[in-house]
Amino acid sequence: MPWPSASKHLGKPTPRLDGPAKVAGRAKYTTDVAPAGVLYGAILRSRWPAARIRFINVEKARTAPGIRAALAVPGEFVVHFYGQELAAVAGVTRQAALDALSLIEVDASPLPFVVNELEAIQPDAPRVVPERANLLPAETAATGDVAAAFAAAAAVVEDTFTTQVEIHHPLEPHGDIVVPEGDEYTAWCSTQGVFDSRNDVANILGVPQNKVRVICEHMGGGFGSKIETWGNRGLCAWLAKVAGAPVKLILTRFEQALSVGNRPSSFQKLKLAADASGKLTAFEMTLFGTGGPVVDPADPGGGVVFVPAPYIYPAPNTRVKKSKLAVNAGRGTWMRAPGHPVASFGMESILDELAVKLGMDPVEIRVLNDPHEIRRKEYRMAAARFGWKDKYRTPGSSPGPLKRGVGCAGAGWMSGGEGTQAEVQVNSDGTVEVRCGTQDLGTGSRTVVAVVAAEMLGLEPAQITVRVGDTRLPPSGLSGGSATTASVGPAIYDACEKTLAELKKLSGVDDPRGARWLEACAKIGPNSLVVAGRWREGLSTGGAGGVQFAEVEVDTDTGFVKVRKILCVQDVGTVVNKLTCESQLNGGIIMGMGYALYEQRIMDSRSGVVLNPNFETYKLTGAADIPEIDLLLLDMPERGIIGVGEPATVPTAAAIANAVANALGVRVTSLPITPDKVLAALGKLPAGAGAGAGDAVLEQAFTRVAQAPATPATPFFTGRRGRAYA
Amino acid sequence: MKRASPQKGSPARGVPGAVAAAGVSRRDFLKSLGTTAISAAAMSAGGVAAGLEQTGTERVYGPGPVPVILSINGEKRIFQLEPRVTLLEALRDQAGLTGAKEPCDRATCGGCTVLLDDLPVYACSLLAIEAQGAEITTIEGLAKDGRLTKLQQAFVAKDGLQCGYCTPGMVMTLTALLRRNPHPTEAEVRKACSGNLCRCGSYPRIFAAALETGGAKATSRLEVITLHDHAVA
Repeated sequence: MPWPSASKHLGKPTPRLDGPAKVAGRAKYTTDVAPAGVLYGAILRSRWPAARIRFINVEKARTAPGIRAALAVPGEFVVHFYGQELAAVAGVTRQAALDALSLIEVDASPLPFVVNELEAIQPDAPRVVPERANLLPAETAATGDVAAAFAAAAAVVEDTFTTQVEIHHPLEPHGDIVVPEGDEYTAWCSTQGVFDSRNDVANILGVPQNKVRVICEHMGGGFGSKIETWGNRGLCAWLAKVAGAPVKLILTRFEQALSVGNRPSSFQKLKLAADASGKLTAFEMTLFGTGGPVVDPADPGGGVVFVPAPYIYPAPNTRVKKSKLAVNAGRGTWMRAPGHPVASFGMESILDELAVKLGMDPVEIRVLNDPHEIRRKEYRMAAARFGWKDKYRTPGSSPGPLKRGVGCAGAGWMSGGEGTQAEVQVNSDGTVEVRCGTQDLGTGSRTVVAVVAAEMLGLEPAQITVRVGDTRLPPSGLSGGSATTASVGPAIYDACEKTLAELKKLSGVDDPRGARWLEACAKIGPNSLVVAGRWREGLSTGGAGGVQFAEVEVDTDTGFVKVRKILCVQDVGTVVNKLTCESQLNGGIIMGMGYALYEQRIMDSRSGVVLNPNFETYKLTGAADIPEIDLLLLDMPERGIIGVGEPATVPTAAAIANAVANALGVRVTSLPITPDKVLAALGKLPAGAGAGAGDAVLEQAFTRVAQAPATPATPFFTGRRGRAYA
Repeated sequence: MKRASPQKGSPARGVPGAVAAAGVSRRDFLKSLGTTAISAAAMSAGGVAAGLEQTGTERVYGPGPVPVILSINGEKRIFQLEPRVTLLEALRDQAGLTGAKEPCDRATCGGCTVLLDDLPVYACSLLAIEAQGAEITTIEGLAKDGRLTKLQQAFVAKDGLQCGYCTPGMVMTLTALLRRNPHPTEAEVRKACSGNLCRCGSYPRIFAAALETGGAKATSRLEVITLHDHAVA
């Protein structure tokens, strides 16, 4: 890799450039922008989980005090979930807008609905889409002779695992401000892709792309939920157009739980076999899960079926069937490492069961079966640092009511990234502005731009002004797939390299970096030097591997799981900013803890509503829950830049689940591992009191998936550079 | 510990409706509505207000805008606000102070934390009219002459933030902690932050920033190694 070997800034801790503005409350997020004369928008949402809407009358709302615009979704249509958008108003205050919503009349016929998976999969369940069954055809893949391999195996294990619907819940809600100015529009969007959002707004309003500007200077988190344009953005844009005035439409936390995406659930029936040495010989998976109503059968619904199988540990004989299931609840979408935490939980759990059956050490069976060379080394390093050999005991052998256990799991993520353009402007006073139309979700991409430019130009990061988050800047792709740093970094490198060449030619200074920078820049004259660059091959890569080890304490009287320690060894390639890289790993682990232990969307079968739409009932990992976190960054500059936002959240839940099983001697096979499930696994709850589904119902459901017609697999994230999860 | 509203019975705050006049109570009045054909929910806010005033139980403000005087970051400001406007809405929409955020509007996440005198409160769950008489400090009021406080500097240096949306609330909560306890332990820092949520998972570094400000050294457990240098590799 051409990255400098003796770096001054690369790989060092650089405080984020926007830190001072954020800690002083000066950073303006979309929610904080308030142009003069701004109107406040609010949305009327369906209070039926399923209904035929015949007519929506907004006339009384339109003429209500302080209201400047009111509009409804036109025509007759069917709503598929509680919270679907029906109509919207814009008024001079938020209170006026909310008051006016109660004046909107909706002529609707409620329809039968079904919100929970094990009810929706029944043949007589209400149909979410009337024309077809709720269970869609299954994607099928097979290699080798599975039946023969299972018959010949030294050990076979079989179990079922379930994972919940998780909600992204970035602290900054989804929202936009759309400002009409003549025939042009400026929109502040809380988005993971300013260019994608611009194209969406232009498309919604039917105006050319060059008449729309999207700005996102600071962003309060997305985690995948702000990749897509949801219904609220369209309503905001139309309200602004109708009112002829700026409209600000920010969702409430309750709305966040309904209609802006989630991580799909899964029900996985797994079977795994190995020979006497522990080498995997056969793998079988039957999976279904819900990504919401799945109105369009091609809707990935957040990747219900994008669950890599078998996850990271291949077997020569495999049979996989995966199917989407429709329910009357909000749509699934991409969420931090789509499919991978789901796959990891199932595979790493059953692999541990196999290790126990064979009497093998869980680390040894992983090293034996993992084809990823770096990850094998990571397992060895992590085991040594964690003290695995001393801590790992026979499952359930921890004495007393407070039981300790340890577990481990691995992860892979494609990362990669390409396509960014950037430009560098050098002024005659030596100041530099670097411009790139990426966005900073809180990942530190703004600071990445400064660090790379400082390294290349021989300056300090603070000497460089960085402009991001605006479609007037050179284009960059959306921030998803952990691709931003790997896409942006090389473009800055390229632009800076070309800038130095231009500056050398123009000034006659052979090496303008460092001591002779000002002298060279003085020759630029009044017209600043502007040089463009673009992403190029050879500076970033993909295929990131990582492992995590967890130590937990389980109270067998209360069922409460306390995570004591997480050790993360992560393949990070060329570290750009050590500080923000580590923060992302911390964040991935802490979000993974929420997936393991706390977070789940709960739907009420009878009313069809989300029962826990705010943080008093939807539990996030909090300050009291944070364990000791030990991070080991595997800095390998020769690998180039690798994004790490997603990989670190993949194996956390699996490692914790394995640690809980190691502590108890029995396994909780359902996420999140809540106290009731722990007590049920220990046989401490009366029969039928557990939250889990009856085995017979589950078995029946898997049989339906096994019998579902086959369809070919949908490709995952096509067009993205980077290797698969190998 | 976090309170959603200032201490009850504090006359200096001028909390309207805190003390009922003699005679029919608010509860009795509202209960009486249930016996008639019209329910309280169906009555307009104006009707309820007029009814309460008639019974002489309480002094009624609104429902239209009323003058509200707030002392924010050392400056007295007067607003015309409907009494239902929260302190957070007044700060963000009327005073132009958008540092305090509204992630949950439910007193669960702490993103809206401001100081009422030295007490951290959830501004989303306090009416603006109730905050009269107290000195309100927002995140914008901490840095004097543009100079960040020690805690704010530590947040930047330790990277105690990612997206930064929880940051103003975290900084206010920990500012209050450090004012009443200048040298907190990690357990005390965690307890103070227990009413503030961070979705990016910056907690370890938020703790580190607060501990360092208080003079305690947070031990870093982060290490960068190269594969070639590792004994096992």
